[in-house]
Amino acid sequence: MKPIIAVEGLGKRYRIGARQTHNSLRDAVAAAVSAPMRKLRGNKSDNTIWALKDVTFQVRTGEVVGIIGRNGAGKSTLLKILSRITKPTKGRIALNGRVASLLEVGTGFHSELTGRENIFLNGAILGMTREEIRRKFDEIVAFAETEEFLDTPVKHYSSGMTVRLAFAVAAHLEPEILIIDEVLAVGDAVFQKKCLGKMNEVAKGGRTVLFVSHDITAVNSLCERSILLDEGSITMTGPTREVSGHYLDAANRLYSPITWVSVPRGPSEEIELKQVTMQQSGTATSAFDCREPFTISVEHENKRAVRQARLFLVIRNAKGEIPFTTSDYDLPNEAALNKERGTFVSSVTIPAGLLKTGSYYGTIGVDIKNERIVFVANDAFSFEVFESADDTLAERHDRVGVVAPLLQWQIVKAENRS
Amino acid sequence: METTESPNALETPSGASPSQLQTTGSDPFDDPLILIDAREPALRLNLRELWAYRELLFFLAWRDISIRYKQTFLGAAWAIIQPLFAMLLFTLLFGKLARMPSDNLPYPLFAYAGLLPWTFFANAVTNSGNSLIGSSSLITKVYFPRLYIPASAVLAGLLDLVIGSLLLIPMLFYYQVAITWRILLLPLFAVLATLLAQGAGMCLAALNVKYRDVRYALPFLIQLWLFASPVIYPVSIVPEHWRWVLALNPMTGVIEGFRACLFGRNFDPALILPSVLVTLALLVFSFVVFRRVEDSFADVV
Repeated sequence: MKPIIAVEGLGKRYRIGARQTHNSLRDAVAAAVSAPMRKLRGNKSDNTIWALKDVTFQVRTGEVVGIIGRNGAGKSTLLKILSRITKPTKGRIALNGRVASLLEVGTGFHSELTGRENIFLNGAILGMTREEIRRKFDEIVAFAETEEFLDTPVKHYSSGMTVRLAFAVAAHLEPEILIIDEVLAVGDAVFQKKCLGKMNEVAKGGRTVLFVSHDITAVNSLCERSILLDEGSITMTGPTREVSGHYLDAANRLYSPITWVSVPRGPSEEIELKQVTMQQSGTATSAFDCREPFTISVEHENKRAVRQARLFLVIRNAKGEIPFTTSDYDLPNEAALNKERGTFVSSVTIPAGLLKTGSYYGTIGVDIKNERIVFVANDAFSFEVFESADDTLAERHDRVGVVAPLLQWQIVKAENRS
Repeated sequence: METTESPNALETPSGASPSQLQTTGSDPFDDPLILIDAREPALRLNLRELWAYRELLFFLAWRDISIRYKQTFLGAAWAIIQPLFAMLLFTLLFGKLARMPSDNLPYPLFAYAGLLPWTFFANAVTNSGNSLIGSSSLITKVYFPRLYIPASAVLAGLLDLVIGSLLLIPMLFYYQVAITWRILLLPLFAVLATLLAQGAGMCLAALNVKYRDVRYALPFLIQLWLFASPVIYPVSIVPEHWRWVLALNPMTGVIEGFRACLFGRNFDPALILPSVLVTLALLVFSFVVFRRVEDSFADVV
């Protein structure tokens, strides 16, 4: 059978700083004059980077393939070439089906237009015909749950409503190949779940899906096969569990503690941040299995003795919600708040089975109780929480709530009182 | 649009040669639905694709129009205000003060017949020339024929042309101009003006992506072009042996065509034919320029 997507020797070269040069006619004239000279000398300019290098793979009809990789690994470039937004520098691609790509939800949405108008415009931009949109109109509106605001300009919508409407249009595309880039990282948890469900439905309907995401859990649940990209090349392809496992291992090996060499931020005559380290089960990492506890350690230098100072951490998830804040105020003896001069490491352990899967950002701060803030280092560190098990307990990540604590339940048979 | 594929991978064609079997089934690059090739020549007009996306052209034009009417207080009235006030100003300056000849027609009517296609052309070229850089969020996020971005900007201007033309009806009656069969040919010259605006707009839009100078040069260019076109003055004041220079400006043919249709005059082939030829040449040239820059839009915008 003919593969529906075939990519062969694909390469994409970007000129670094291409945005700056050639933007004015003068530069172009200058370049045109110097170009023949450069050709004569035969030296190629070195300020180019290969965002993709010799990428070759094939996808069969009906497959759902995940593309994993760190930031800058070339995932977005690959998607942009596959969606024909930009041209490759080398290689070729054969696509044996109609393609729709969702690199962003709500492309082409205009705030002055009403919900109804935007459905038609956005649908047309994504490649639907008017007839097709009209046929699915009611379904789209029902999916987005925005019936009563159909004739209101989108500028009066909440951001959540806009996203829901935009995804609803996209979800009703019927291409043979669907290319999706992290669009699921939007909306509230309930709607995200609905989107994941819709994507599963799309995949089961025999359509081919390419899915790029940072969210390893989402890739794990959707894609049977995955491609791992690193520095523009494919380093691994295979079943998603193996590829994502390999990716997380590699991420851990690459993990290095966050260190501040010089004055970090804020006035620091009193307390200065030195380093943040994180570990789980004895190894330093920034990707944590949600089934095990993990430790965050903050090394700080107290330039002089400070009384009543408390160190606090604010943990924020990718949606900006704060699952919890914690502080060394929790220590039983209040004397611990009186910081002595010298370098110390303050550690806190986050219990197993508390956080949902996803990305988290941590803010570190010190304040003097009831008085003033010494410093706040916003988003000083970040970490990832993933689910290792594939049993019923994984279900709790889909529940409503900012955290998903694994709590003690008991069931006892009541005495028969009759 | 249909993909032909066997339901089962094991069903290899009975006549397949062993060499074919050694490779992974049939060659995916053998006549695929969509081929993306780094070596593909850029100068290819994909008519099938343009046809498949035809509705988008009208959606984009409709978007431009409805957004403009929603954002402006006077909305559609602008389509009349612009040429009307220009006509009043020109009548005062050139008709009354400078006593510009106007082919024995009342100067206001003469000027309005020229200003109508001119206003359309000037707005269409300006909007179209800035359309690509104004649509960067679309260009970097979704694929569709890029040609439709400048094209829809031109198309959106046609509605203004129609609205502006409505004012001609009372004017023709007021000045008691006899209406002839030639007025039926007016749409042809509107098409010529559209093609011309298309050609100029497409080229400027593409260059604008590469060289932002275009944005600043555009208003200046339009201003110069106005004086190079017989909007304010009649062709007849240009010495006969220099008229061919004026005819090379394709707007000359458009404006003269408009006036001939409205005022029942004879068409002057010496003015109209060169305009048609220059317009067609400009379209081809602009298409080549557009195609050469098109592939790098998303990387540059």
